[in-house]
Amino acid sequence: MRFTLFPFLGLLVTTIASVSLAFEGFQIESFTSYPVDKPVRQLKIISTADTELFAPLVLAFQQKNPQIAIEYTTVSSSQLMQAISVEGAPFDVAISSAMDLQTKLANDGFTRAYRSDAANLLPEWGRWRDHVFSFTQEPAAIVISPDAFSGLQIPKNRQDLITVLRNNPNRFKGRVGTYDVRSSGLGYLFATQDARTSETYWRLSEVMGSLGTQLYCCSSDMIEDVASGKIAVAYNVLGSYALARKDLAGKIEIIAPADFTTLMLRTAVIPTNAQNPDLAGDFIDHLILSALTEAGASYYPFPKLVTDTSATFLRPIRLGPGLLVFLDDLKRRRFLQEWEAAVLQ
Amino acid sequence: MSTPVNSSGSIKRRLSLQLVGSAAILATILFVLVLNFARQVSEQSQDNILIASATSILDSTSIRSGEVSVDIPYAALSMLGNVSEDRVFYRISAAGVFLTGYSDLPEAKQQGTEQQNAERDRSFITTQYKGESIRIVSATRQLSVLGQPVDITVSVAQTQNGQSETLAQISRTALILGLGFFAISAALAIFAARSSVRPLHRLAVSVSRRGPKDLRPVQSPVPAEMIPLVASLNSFIARLKTSLTRSEDFIAEAAHRVRTPLATVRVQAEVVLRRVETQQNRKALKEMIRTIDESSRAAGQLLDHAMVTFRTDHLERKSFDLADLVLDSVERMQPVAGMRDIEIVMEACDPGQILGDPILIQSAVQNILDNAIKYSPPDQSIAINVQRQNGGISVQISDRGPGFTGNDNARLTERFIRGDNAADTVGSGLGLTIAKEVAQAHGGNLSLNNRSKGGGACVSLYFPF
Ligand SMILES: Nc1ncnc2c1ncn2[C@@H]1O[C@H](COP(=O)(O)OP(=O)(O)O)[C@@H](O)[C@H]1O
Ligand SMILES: [Mg+2]
Repeated sequence: MRFTLFPFLGLLVTTIASVSLAFEGFQIESFTSYPVDKPVRQLKIISTADTELFAPLVLAFQQKNPQIAIEYTTVSSSQLMQAISVEGAPFDVAISSAMDLQTKLANDGFTRAYRSDAANLLPEWGRWRDHVFSFTQEPAAIVISPDAFSGLQIPKNRQDLITVLRNNPNRFKGRVGTYDVRSSGLGYLFATQDARTSETYWRLSEVMGSLGTQLYCCSSDMIEDVASGKIAVAYNVLGSYALARKDLAGKIEIIAPADFTTLMLRTAVIPTNAQNPDLAGDFIDHLILSALTEAGASYYPFPKLVTDTSATFLRPIRLGPGLLVFLDDLKRRRFLQEWEAAVLQ
Repeated sequence: MSTPVNSSGSIKRRLSLQLVGSAAILATILFVLVLNFARQVSEQSQDNILIASATSILDSTSIRSGEVSVDIPYAALSMLGNVSEDRVFYRISAAGVFLTGYSDLPEAKQQGTEQQNAERDRSFITTQYKGESIRIVSATRQLSVLGQPVDITVSVAQTQNGQSETLAQISRTALILGLGFFAISAALAIFAARSSVRPLHRLAVSVSRRGPKDLRPVQSPVPAEMIPLVASLNSFIARLKTSLTRSEDFIAEAAHRVRTPLATVRVQAEVVLRRVETQQNRKALKEMIRTIDESSRAAGQLLDHAMVTFRTDHLERKSFDLADLVLDSVERMQPVAGMRDIEIVMEACDPGQILGDPILIQSAVQNILDNAIKYSPPDQSIAINVQRQNGGISVQISDRGPGFTGNDNARLTERFIRGDNAADTVGSGLGLTIAKEVAQAHGGNLSLNNRSKGGGACVSLYFPF
């Protein structure tokens, strides 16, 4: 269903891909405009989600509200933080995968409260302080190239991965990849939650470090490189991005680690500087309803939301002040030191 | 006949108001106490968790190669999120120099100096930060850096929305509690007020239901507070009883004392009349006898009237047959009628039991019969009809006299009023008065009419069953 929308994309969408735009201080990755014939109002979205992946949600919203022009700007999670908290950029909705940074925005008073019936549909853990609203649940997955693992047992959990990497140093030398947690907000979130959950994380990091890990900024690059065979295995890849790449079926295999799979909640907030907070609220309702209702299922581009998280290996990251801990400067410095010691040997 | 009693308000209402009022005061006090207590408890619990958080951060501080190192435990902040969704701030400083956290967060300064108790290194304040009211806990610990003691201070702060939400909830509950308490105690108060005046009410009912002759003392048990009242009521009843007996005795005594000598004088006068021959003296004596009769009749009627007044005030009701009573009265009046050759004819005599005082009714019937004989010409007959009618029974006494000549018959029943036709007749003007009062005391009436055929008065008494 969502693919039927795509033929229009060429007509409707203007995309400017650029490294930086002069008039803003923060670094923009891409800017996409979804114009309408007779625009009455405008909704400005700043997001960390890939434009292409997110487009169906925007278009579905526009179908319901045909008089609203939408601007969709993608940035890295740290630049999103910079844009909202330091520069006070007038975006109506800020969407990010970095739950910790979103929580910090809300905690430090850069967001507005929003209440609605749709928001009440979210389970308790799906929102924080009526400020942060989640609308996805995306696993941190291991993505492997089946070709590179030919003749080997496909690992089911981190321990398996450690074993297979250790036993085949020649095959995997320089062919493992993971986030550069120093630059990627999501990578840092996954890494800190892993470290919090289990010691295995550090052993795996050390093994990857000893093999000469490739470091990435983003999940999409890791997925590309696994598919192309440049690397054999990528750790802590956004499972949702990997799943969305139906075109790479056969070239990649997505593994949800059976020992524990961290679930990230993609969240939306309304910055205090929003020009159209009411529109922003409508858009957040739209996101939540897309995730939770049958009607939304046709164009919702993320894995189906599991409201029952009783499966023991699923570890959803909890929204709340705990997420502020690893954002602390000293704590972060300490963690990065350890990480560097393990990964950059 | 009863004079209105002055009221100074109702005991029941006053008691209810006082009790309900004090219930309201108590409910308010309860509400305020619960609220205060809840506020203290919720403040205390927020303080406790802030202390736990600050302490766990403080415990994570150490000296690493001559530098202060802090490793904030994840739980230190996440535990704050478990209780409420409040905003969380923290600040860590060493020797007064900001290390990490929110640099502009105020520290809770220690109050007083050199307090020796265990809580010396903790302090709390409530203040404004980032536009919201926050509670700050600061905890301090001394570490030694290169032999120098350094104070590490950890402040953890939280907004108070969750707390005020809890408080709002508790105050709602406390309000319901207070209102419930009030409602229950108000109901109990009204019940108590009612039951405390109940003995009073019971006494009033039992006294007012008493028959006219029931002058027994009140004997049913009463609450201690009412004993003086009932005691004086009983002594009042006793005095009343004595004085009533005394006036009854007095009436009987007076009647005896007046009538008996008059009767003696009359007998003497008649004896003298038989002996006296002189026409003139005879005439004077006859006049004397007539006057004696008049006086004796007047005295009799006065006493009768006094007795009627007395007895109707305390009407005795007993069942008897009216016809029998009328026949008895006719029997008694027969000699007087015979003297004037008047025949008394019982035309109808329906038997019928009525409730009343037979002595009074006898007196009424005799007075009417007396009038009929008095005003009737000699040789005529008087007709008596005792008949049931209109749920009662009537006694009609008709004569062939002049009848009622005046226009205003009602006036004839007033005390000492005599008609125009009574000039030649002996009388005191009390007869019809007695008859009317007796009839009315029994719920009946007296009517004065003239006979349609042949002329004459027709006086009738009516008593309901
Ligand atoms: N049977 C009667 N016939 C005519 N007049 C009567 C009769 N009974 C009473 N009256 C009139 O009513 C008046 C009042 O009667 P009553 O009270 O008996 O007084 P009295 O002592 O004069 O009889 C009488 O004076 C008389 O004028
Ligand atoms: Mg008379």
